[in-house]
Amino acid sequence: MSRKKNSPGSRPLPRVPVAKTYKLYIDGKFPRSESGRYYALQRGDTTLLANICRGSRKDFRDAVVAARNACGAWSRTSAYLRGQILYRAAEMLEGRAAQFAAELVLQGVAKRRAGAEVAAAIDRLVYYAGWADKYQQVFSTVNPVSTSHFNFSVLEPTGVVAIIAPEASGLLGLVSNVAPAVAGGNTCIVLASRSLPLCGISFAEVLHASDFPAGVVNVITGFKEELIEPFASHMDVNAVVCGDPDAAAARKIQELAAGNVKRVILRSGADWTSAAIQSPYFISDTQETKTTWHPIGT
Amino acid sequence: MAREKSTLQFDTDWKYSAAPESTEHVRIDRQYELFIGGQFVAPHARQYFETINPATEKVLARVARAGRKDVDRAVAAARRAHERTWSRLKPAERGKYLYRIARMLQERAREFAAIESLDGGKPIRESRDVDVPLAAAHFFYYAGWADKLEYAFPGRRASPLGVAGQIIPWNFPLLMAAWKIAPALACGNTVILKPAETTPLTALKLAELMRDVDLPAGVVNIVTGAGDTGAALVEHAGVDKIAFTGSTEVGKQILRRLAGTGKHYTLELGGKAANVVFADAAIDQAVEGIVNGIFFNQGHVCCAGSRLLVQESVADEVIAKLRERMETLIVGDPLDKNTDIGAINSSAQLEKIEQYLRIGQSEGGEMYQSSCSLPRTGYWCRPTLFSGVAQSNRVVQEEIFGPVLTIQTFRSFEEALDKANNTPYGLSGGVWTDKGAKIFKMTRALRAGVVWANTFNKFDPGAPFGGYKESGMGREGGLHGLGAYVELR
Repeated sequence: MSRKKNSPGSRPLPRVPVAKTYKLYIDGKFPRSESGRYYALQRGDTTLLANICRGSRKDFRDAVVAARNACGAWSRTSAYLRGQILYRAAEMLEGRAAQFAAELVLQGVAKRRAGAEVAAAIDRLVYYAGWADKYQQVFSTVNPVSTSHFNFSVLEPTGVVAIIAPEASGLLGLVSNVAPAVAGGNTCIVLASRSLPLCGISFAEVLHASDFPAGVVNVITGFKEELIEPFASHMDVNAVVCGDPDAAAARKIQELAAGNVKRVILRSGADWTSAAIQSPYFISDTQETKTTWHPIGT
Repeated sequence: MAREKSTLQFDTDWKYSAAPESTEHVRIDRQYELFIGGQFVAPHARQYFETINPATEKVLARVARAGRKDVDRAVAAARRAHERTWSRLKPAERGKYLYRIARMLQERAREFAAIESLDGGKPIRESRDVDVPLAAAHFFYYAGWADKLEYAFPGRRASPLGVAGQIIPWNFPLLMAAWKIAPALACGNTVILKPAETTPLTALKLAELMRDVDLPAGVVNIVTGAGDTGAALVEHAGVDKIAFTGSTEVGKQILRRLAGTGKHYTLELGGKAANVVFADAAIDQAVEGIVNGIFFNQGHVCCAGSRLLVQESVADEVIAKLRERMETLIVGDPLDKNTDIGAINSSAQLEKIEQYLRIGQSEGGEMYQSSCSLPRTGYWCRPTLFSGVAQSNRVVQEEIFGPVLTIQTFRSFEEALDKANNTPYGLSGGVWTDKGAKIFKMTRALRAGVVWANTFNKFDPGAPFGGYKESGMGREGGLHGLGAYVELR
C-alpha cells in the first residue's frame, strides 16, 4: 500500500479546471472587445485572475445600437412581465450565489462581506421586481384642469441609459444601478468596476438566463477614464448615470452630456450596502413625465 | 352619390370695426429700476436700455441694465431673505403670500393684459384670456401646495434648495414669471428673476405688486438686462438653482457653464411639434386645432404645432380648408379685440423668421401666405404655409418661432410616427382622430412631454409641462413641478 501511495507514476493527477474567459455582453451575445485589447486582473502582484476585455469606444457604440433597437419593445413590455423577468434574475442569482461570492473573494473581498453582498444584490433585484408594476401608480397623476379636458400625467422611460457602475462595489453597486433603470422600461449599457469586474460579467450570464431580451442590458468592461467620454457624449444616449463620481468626473460628464441635453444622474456618496439606498426615486430618476390632454364632451 | 365638397362658410359682408382695448387704466413709468431687496434701485453702472412696442416701434420705457455687481446685490438680498424670513416662515404663511399675489393679479388683470400686449405684441384677446388669468391661477395653485409638500413626495422629506436664479423668455413674459416664481416660493426658495430684454414691463409691474402685497423684502428680486445679465446669474456662486426657459442652443451653453458646480437646474427649451391629422379625424375641428397650434401668439410658442402631418387621403381637403381659414385671420393692432395675430416680438425675430421663409423657398418648399393687409409700422408676418417639404429640410427640422407651418403627408400610422419623432426635440405633439385606440397608440408613441389629442395648446397650472430629449428637463406645473424646487431626503 505504502509503495503504491508513494509512487509518483501511479497517483492520478488533479483534474484541470476549465478557466472562464470573461468577455463583454452586447446585444445578447458575449463578444470580445473589437479592439483586441485587454487588461490583466491580478491578485497581488503575481497571480493572474483573468484577462479582462478593455472595451473600446466602438464596443460602446455597438452596445448603444443594441440598446436603442431593444428600447421600443422593452418599453412596451408589460410592467408585470418586466417585474417577472427581474424576479427571474433574482432566482438565477440565488442559484449561483456561491459562484458570485467566490468571485468576490477571488478579487479580494472578505468572505463574510462577499456573502452579504451577493445576498443584498439578490434582495435588491426582488425589490425592484416588485416596483416594476407599482411606481407608475405612485408617480402619475390625474390633473384637475379648469377646462373641459381629461388630463393625466404618466411616467415613461427616458430611453437608452449609460451607467458607470461604482468602482468599490462590484456586484451590488452594478445591480443597484441597472435594476431601477430596466425596471422602468429603459435599456442600458453598464460599465463594470475596473478592479472588481468579474461579477459584472457573470451577472450578464444571469440576465441572459432570465428572459431579458437581447440588448436590454449590455455590459462593458474597461477603463472609466477612456470610456467616460463616449458614455457622456454619445448622441443616441438619453441619460447617463454615474454610481460614484468624483468632482472631475462629475464635471466632465455634465459638460459632455450638454451636447444632446442628456439627463445626468450623479449618485455620489451612496452606500450601496444600506437598505435605505433603494427607492422608487431611483426608478423615477430615468423617467420622463408625459402629460396627455383630451376634450371631455360637454 | 358623389360627396359634396364641404367648405367652411366664412364669407360675409360684415366687416369688423376697430375695437381697441383702452389703455387709460395703464400706467407705465418713463424709467424702471432694478427690484432688489424689496426696493427699486438704480443699476450700479447707471446703464439703461429701451423697451419698445413692436406694433408701433415707439419707446415705452427705459429699463435698467443689471451688471455683475447688481446681480451680486440681488443674490445677497435673496440669500438674506431666505435665511432670515422665508425659510423660517410657517409653510402656511408662505402660502398666504402667494394667495395674495394671485388675488391682486386678478384685480389688476386688465392692466397687466394691456401692458403685456403693448410690450410684447401679442393680441389682447390672448393676454386677457390666457396669459394673465393663467398667471394668477398658477400663483393660486402653488399657494395651496406650500403647506402640503409632505403629500407630494411619499417616503421623502422635501426641503428648499435656497436661492433660485430664473431666466425667462419674451413669448409669455408674465406667465413664465408666474411659472417660475410660484412653485419656487411655495417650496420655500427665494428668487432672482431675469425677464427677457424685449419684454421686461409686466415683470416690473409684478415687482410693484410684490411690494404692494407686502412680500418680505428680497424674496423676489427682478433684474432686467440681456444675455450678459443672465450669464452673470448662471455663473454666480451664490445661486443654488437655475431655471431657464428659452432656446435649446442657450440651454446647452447654460448646462456647460453649470457643469461641476453642483447647482441644480431645470430647462424648458425649444420644440418642433408634429400635429398629426388622420383621415378619420373631425376635419373642421382639426383645422381649428392646426390654426390654434401654429398661429397662437404669432407662433412664438415653444410647443407650437409647427409641423402638420396629414394623412394623404384628406390632405387636399385639409389644406384647402386651412387656406380658407387663414384668410379670415386678422393680423394687426395687438390691442384690438378682433386681432388674431399680433406683432412679431422684435425686429431681430422678424428677421429670423424672414430668413427661414427664404430658406424654405430655396430648399424647394412651396410657400403660401394669406392675403391680409399689414400695418405700415411695426413688425409683422403673414400666416404662412410650406408644402412640398422634406423631412430633412431646415424649415422642417429647426424651430422658427413664428407663424410658419410646414405640411407633410403620410400614408400609414408608422410613417406618421417616424416623421413625428424624427427631430432632436420632444416638447409637444398633437393627434387628431375619432378612434380612441388610435389616439392612445399615438399619444403613447410620441416622444414628447405634452400631447394634445383632438385639441392643441391648452395649459393649466395643474398640468405638468416640459420636454423630452433636447426640449429640456424637469417639469413646470402640477405636482411634478414642485420637484424642480426641492431637495428630497
